[in-house]
Amino acid sequence: MMRIPFAAAVGLTFTALYFLAAIFAPLLAPYGMAEVVGDVWEPSSAEHWLGTDNIGRDLLTRLIYGGRTTIFIATAATVLSFTTGAILGFLAAVLGGWADQVMSRAVDLLMSIPTLIFALVVLSVMPVTVPMLILVMGLLDSTRVYRLARAVAVDINVMDFVEAARLRGEGRGWVIFREILPNALSPLVAEMGMRFIFMVLFVSTLSFLGLGVQPPSADWGGIVKENKDGIVYGIPAALLPAVAIATLAISVNLVADWVLNRTTSLKGGRG
Amino acid sequence: MGPALKLVAQRIALGLLLLLLVSALIFAGTQILPGDVAQSILGQSATPEALANLRQELGLNDPAITRYFSWLFNALQGDLGTALTNGQDIAQSIGGRMMNTLFLAFWAAVIAVPLAIFLGLLAVRYRDRWPDKLISAVTLASISIPEFLIGYVIMYFIAVRLRWFPSVAMINDSMTLGQKLSAIAMPVMVLTLVVLAHMMRMTRAAILNVMQSAYIETAELKGLNRFQVIFRHAFPNSIAPIVNVVMLNLAYLVVGVVVIEVVFTYPGMGQYLVDHVSKRDVPVVQACGLIFAAVYIGLNMVADIVSILSNPRLRHPK
Amino acid sequence: MSDALLDVRDLKIGATVYPPGEPPREIEIVHGVSFTLEKGKVLGLIGESGAGKSTIGLAAMGYGRGGVELTGGEVWVNGRDILKGGLKGLRKLRGAEVTYVAQSAAAAFNPAKKLMEQVTEAAIHHNRFSKSEAEARAVALFAKLGLPDPETFGNRYPHQVSGGQLQRAMTALALCPQPDLVVFDEPTTALDVTTQIDVLAAIKDAIRDTGVAALYITHDLAVVAQVSDDIMVLRNGDKVEYGPTDQIINAPQEEYTRALVSVRSIEHEEKQPTPEPVLRVSGITARYKGTDFDVLHDVSVDLHPGQTLAVVGESGSGKSTLARVITGLLPPRAGEIEFAGRTLSPALEGRAREDLRELQMIYQMADVAMNPRQTVGTIIGRPLEFYFGLKGAEKRKRVKELLDEIEMGDGFIDRYPAELSGGQKQRVCIARALAAKPRMIICDEVTSALDPLVADGILKLLLDLQKIEGVAYLFITHDLATVRAIADSIAVMYRGKVVRYGPKSQVLSPPFDDYTDLLLSSVPEMKLGWLEEVIAHRKMESAGH
Repeated sequence: MMRIPFAAAVGLTFTALYFLAAIFAPLLAPYGMAEVVGDVWEPSSAEHWLGTDNIGRDLLTRLIYGGRTTIFIATAATVLSFTTGAILGFLAAVLGGWADQVMSRAVDLLMSIPTLIFALVVLSVMPVTVPMLILVMGLLDSTRVYRLARAVAVDINVMDFVEAARLRGEGRGWVIFREILPNALSPLVAEMGMRFIFMVLFVSTLSFLGLGVQPPSADWGGIVKENKDGIVYGIPAALLPAVAIATLAISVNLVADWVLNRTTSLKGGRG
Repeated sequence: MGPALKLVAQRIALGLLLLLLVSALIFAGTQILPGDVAQSILGQSATPEALANLRQELGLNDPAITRYFSWLFNALQGDLGTALTNGQDIAQSIGGRMMNTLFLAFWAAVIAVPLAIFLGLLAVRYRDRWPDKLISAVTLASISIPEFLIGYVIMYFIAVRLRWFPSVAMINDSMTLGQKLSAIAMPVMVLTLVVLAHMMRMTRAAILNVMQSAYIETAELKGLNRFQVIFRHAFPNSIAPIVNVVMLNLAYLVVGVVVIEVVFTYPGMGQYLVDHVSKRDVPVVQACGLIFAAVYIGLNMVADIVSILSNPRLRHPK
Repeated sequence: MSDALLDVRDLKIGATVYPPGEPPREIEIVHGVSFTLEKGKVLGLIGESGAGKSTIGLAAMGYGRGGVELTGGEVWVNGRDILKGGLKGLRKLRGAEVTYVAQSAAAAFNPAKKLMEQVTEAAIHHNRFSKSEAEARAVALFAKLGLPDPETFGNRYPHQVSGGQLQRAMTALALCPQPDLVVFDEPTTALDVTTQIDVLAAIKDAIRDTGVAALYITHDLAVVAQVSDDIMVLRNGDKVEYGPTDQIINAPQEEYTRALVSVRSIEHEEKQPTPEPVLRVSGITARYKGTDFDVLHDVSVDLHPGQTLAVVGESGSGKSTLARVITGLLPPRAGEIEFAGRTLSPALEGRAREDLRELQMIYQMADVAMNPRQTVGTIIGRPLEFYFGLKGAEKRKRVKELLDEIEMGDGFIDRYPAELSGGQKQRVCIARALAAKPRMIICDEVTSALDPLVADGILKLLLDLQKIEGVAYLFITHDLATVRAIADSIAVMYRGKVVRYGPKSQVLSPPFDDYTDLLLSSVPEMKLGWLEEVIAHRKMESAGH
């Protein structure tokens, strides 16, 4: 049984809490997602623990449902980005030659455009639906995962134990899944955490700019957009998602750090 | 110097090629859906003849390749087309806004870069002690919150509660420098914080990498004091990695500017772009996208060129 | 108080270790070592890796590398305890009274500065010489150390000169400020054996001419015997023996010292070649993809069943490339390989499983030759499964048998490579190769990364296994002592060609071709005065030509 350091344990707990809240949102939220239940921008009270939003909906409810949407989209996009990037990255490393060259140059090209700019360009012509968001975010970000997966796989590929397996006559499948992958897991899982955080931030930014999740669906970025006018009047409603996002991001970060530090480097000793 | 210059030339050529390909990508990105541009301009009630005429006029019936090249050709000459939504010349609208965006980015960079290098040095000097850990913790918090939220948090506490600066960053040519600086104080603060967070981690890593080299030990074993070791031996070898980090993060600044301009309603290119994305104004999006991408590619290119020029193996071949 | 230049009393040194998944711990790595060094004398510090020799050498300057700290005892230099003088005192000492020559000069020089600037820096900083004086001294030292164009050598950058030249430049750097003591930290370990001799002679001359005292750190007893007046043997942070070189080499008292001195005394009777070789390499010419020069030229050797062919050469000789060609990783441009009577397909892809099974390979670095995520049992068991279809209890039984053969017990089956010592790791690799019941095993520098005593154990094991299993070895190495110990036939390679080939007794007896002569004479022997003999011999030869 591994000993989990305190920071990672805290990270794991909060991450788990957030995901559970996302899954069980309808059971946890005190009101309906789009239900108008009070006055505009009421301060926090017994009925509304976090007060109400710009059209009188309960903020706590909005945040919980918002978390559900944000986490759902971020998770789906991460899964897409990760599987695409990792598979292609591994293939590039193992196949080498022109396949590697073509894929890597294509990725270099995609990465020369800032992600936000490219997303804006694409979303200016595509319908802004949830599947479209997941697709755009996932594919754009898979470039970073590709680079990391390829680098890790290349590093492992040149190790003598991989060559020893090849000399034995092992097929490509064995080499990838039994020799390379188990040694690549740690950095990849840690990176998955970082990509997830990025997705949460990115989808929130897109929603804030009006190009993400559309109302009346809630997501954390959208909540900020809806309530931002209150800031000038001293109403901090729009800042609440900041707490939610920050806590989730920091928690996942702590877990990712722990995963990364748990590995011994391939030559033994501290990673 | 030979091989270094050759590599630099190659890198510049690569940069230009990338720019060309990126322009094609941006153009292609907006052509995915065969949305009817003519329809969006004339509205629902246009007659078929009017639509057909407009299409002819705008050259919409030409194949995509032709349209791409004519767009590119025009863009290189400074003609970025006209906006669909209000018919204004894009280049003109962008002109002033680009100056505003550069103004904002400049001041953010001027503050963030020296600060990031200083904090990076500090973190290395007191490695694993409380200043390092504190800096790490604050950086971690900064990169865990999206820029726009950091913007509102700062706006809330500083503009609204403390009333030190205005919450809307309105600037125009009639202001003095001092007034302008006061207006952009908060966007600059936010941008600095965001960029600082990323840059600091990288400068720390770059400096640490140099400090752990064997030749630093040699210098210490010669009896040089801390300052001499850092200044004479670490510094010359750190310039390249640090400049690299700075350039990469300035490229990151390009993107951060867009969001911050929206938050503070700042009349720059970022806000212009975002406004027109929701309005689906394709020519504007293409033009802005191209400009932002060009700056990004340019900065990355400078980063690579600095790396090449500062490598002693390339400057003094065998 | 003492008259000695360096007086180390009961020195204790500690370090912080970071076991993975656990909090960092403090451990003691040097346990109360004491010794003295007189002016103008050379003390050799000898031991295996982890003995603490570099750590002690650096402690003479009050320096600890990484997380290492001097936790107890005293270090007296020129009559004062340097550990009590604070950092300021130490900085006065370093680069002035005591200087350091690093193991890897290539890394120790600042790539962004010219050599002259770095060589004279300490002398100028401590105000021992003016700039022009220091530069003149540097040029004189360059000349004395045998560097080309001493007048202009200092204008070069580190990457513009060779490894051997950098090592000498570093010696010049250490001698320039006219120190009392120089700490030489494995200065020739990273060099080829033929370059090593010249650098060693240069260092010895320089020490003698300048009258400086020296701590000479190395793991090679033969080398240290050439340069030091006294030797201190270290093991795991303890002093094992300390005495004059003559006594240590010729009449060692302690068992450990005796073991070190008698290393490579394995006796091996040369076998006669059999009619049919198990491996025949004919006319192999090969080059790497994308290059325009051949790395191997018309190489032909035979390996007979149950025997050992040693392929010797320095870096760049092509010996490792030969292994890659034989295994099929690098298809040759010309030539053929016959194995057990059948012609092997030039590329790995075209070979039958039986071919692959009968030709196994063991690598130099056992750390990276095993998948860190697999247990010893899995590593040894996979060939059994893959080639013979063994599973379950049958497989486990065979794994145990193999572990017995490599003199390791059952308890190792569930351990991971990271938990094993260097010697144990290599043994597991041997077991893995044996599991396939091969006809021949290519041993690619398998003992080069191991300490001499551990390497000895591995060689003995390999010889025993050869007797039992009748397997043939293609033994690639740069170390002639190993070759003498285990080879039946030898092929000497230089720049991609086989310059000498035949049974061991023949190859190692004169008359020699030029390169083999150079190679054989460059291997340090554990005998006093050997270095002078070789240098004299060479001077005579070059005078004669």
